Amino acid sequence: MGAIYILWLRELKRYVRSRVQIVVSLGQPCLYLLALGFGFGPVFKQAGHGSYLQFMAPGVVGMTVLFSSVFSGIAMLWDRQFGFLKETLVAPVSRLQIMIGRTLGGATVAIIQGVLILLICLLAGFRPESWTAIPFAFLFVILIAVVFAALGTGIGSVLQDMQGFQLVMNFLVLPIFFLSGALYPLSNLPTAMAVIVRIDPLTYGVDGLRGALVHTWQFSAMLDISVLAAIACVFLGGGAYLFSKIEV
Amino acid sequence: MIRVQNLVKTFGDFTAVKDISFDVGQGEIFAFLGPNGAGKTTTIKMLTTLLRPTSGTIQLDGLDPTIKTKEARQRFGIVFQDPSLDAEQTAYENMDLHGVLYHVPRKLRAERIELLLKTFELWERKDSYVKTFSGGMKRRLEIARGFLHTPAILFLDEPTLGLDPQSRNQLWTHVKRLNETEKTTVFLTTHYMDEADRVAHRIAIMDHGSIVAVGTSAELKQQTGTDSLEAAFLALTGSSLRDESANSADAMRQVAKMWRR
Repeated sequence: MGAIYILWLRELKRYVRSRVQIVVSLGQPCLYLLALGFGFGPVFKQAGHGSYLQFMAPGVVGMTVLFSSVFSGIAMLWDRQFGFLKETLVAPVSRLQIMIGRTLGGATVAIIQGVLILLICLLAGFRPESWTAIPFAFLFVILIAVVFAALGTGIGSVLQDMQGFQLVMNFLVLPIFFLSGALYPLSNLPTAMAVIVRIDPLTYGVDGLRGALVHTWQFSAMLDISVLAAIACVFLGGGAYLFSKIEV
Repeated sequence: MIRVQNLVKTFGDFTAVKDISFDVGQGEIFAFLGPNGAGKTTTIKMLTTLLRPTSGTIQLDGLDPTIKTKEARQRFGIVFQDPSLDAEQTAYENMDLHGVLYHVPRKLRAERIELLLKTFELWERKDSYVKTFSGGMKRRLEIARGFLHTPAILFLDEPTLGLDPQSRNQLWTHVKRLNETEKTTVFLTTHYMDEADRVAHRIAIMDHGSIVAVGTSAELKQQTGTDSLEAAFLALTGSSLRDESANSADAMRQVAKMWRR
């Protein structure tokens, strides 16, 4: 337990100490929120869907949590290159504990980021249907964070250098975001698109967030929670396996 | 304390370590010398559970590290050839994290950290981030950290690489003192013959994956009919240059240096 705690704490310390990184990582979702939120607002309204800001704010929260949690896993690349990973891998602690400590740390950071961006959304004029919805939405933030932090750990265990990082960014993280319905409604999509969207784990997270905050469900709370929980188990298992295979 | 028998490691059809055997006694300082690519680091990696031997047996304090991995890890400390500190944490936090990972109880942990940081003259800087440390200070911190859980064996893989003579000198003074006070067995590799000559009780010279000679510095000189350890080393390993290919980690370090991370 001590090992899990100390590695979790390390991730948090790193986050709190890198103020520049906090600002940078909140900057991008803010840009989406403001540029797209206000830019697409009029079109969205004309199409008869109401306020676009109300619609996309939960999506931006999902996006923030996605990026932040995947990156925390990939940050393992730095630890690998600068040697700290080795220090933990020769310690008399099981790899599973190390992986769990790191992943929970990354997930916690992502949750904090998600909460911060939700506050920014509120400042920008977003209003949830009811304030009691916030704890319910928080559950989805946690699920998204765990799913993608585990994915990040798995990827971080396999990647060897920074080129791989670009690859993951362009061919995995961005598609996960764009195909999640964070930015557009999922009804009336072309069939192929509708299928792809349903494969994307983030879709269920965004749907849950949107359902909880503004009561617009594509699926149902039960379905979203079960799918996310199942994927979390799969990714945690896979991540733990890949992490156990790291050689230094 | 360390007993290695017929140890072999192959990577594909390349044999990095060819059937080596040696013993290191309790409390001994044992130096492993050899040109680049001789197999020193591969040997250390096998001894420290980072690589599985292709064949042969290892015993650390009576334990086989390939079977009793955790127990063996608890008994040794290691300072890697490359730095392995967390630059974004303070010296004290790095020590504390290590102590937690090695199950050192809280009270003892605090005492040992204070003792070791004072020994290695880092106590005044305990709350500074490691990224602000010089190369010599980082190395000292890593060695202090290696001693934290009172290991029976401490592995040092080229610990003085890139340090100035003052830092090297001081570092070995500390290591020797701890070897005497804590009876820690020390297994080290280095490229500096004078260090091995001064610090090590016994020396093994490795080349092309095999051990070509073992003995005290005096024995090695006598064996080769030379008057310095360096001359003995060259007599045993020849004077041709060895090339090592760079890996992605080296490339990354280059990038990191550019970005000053």
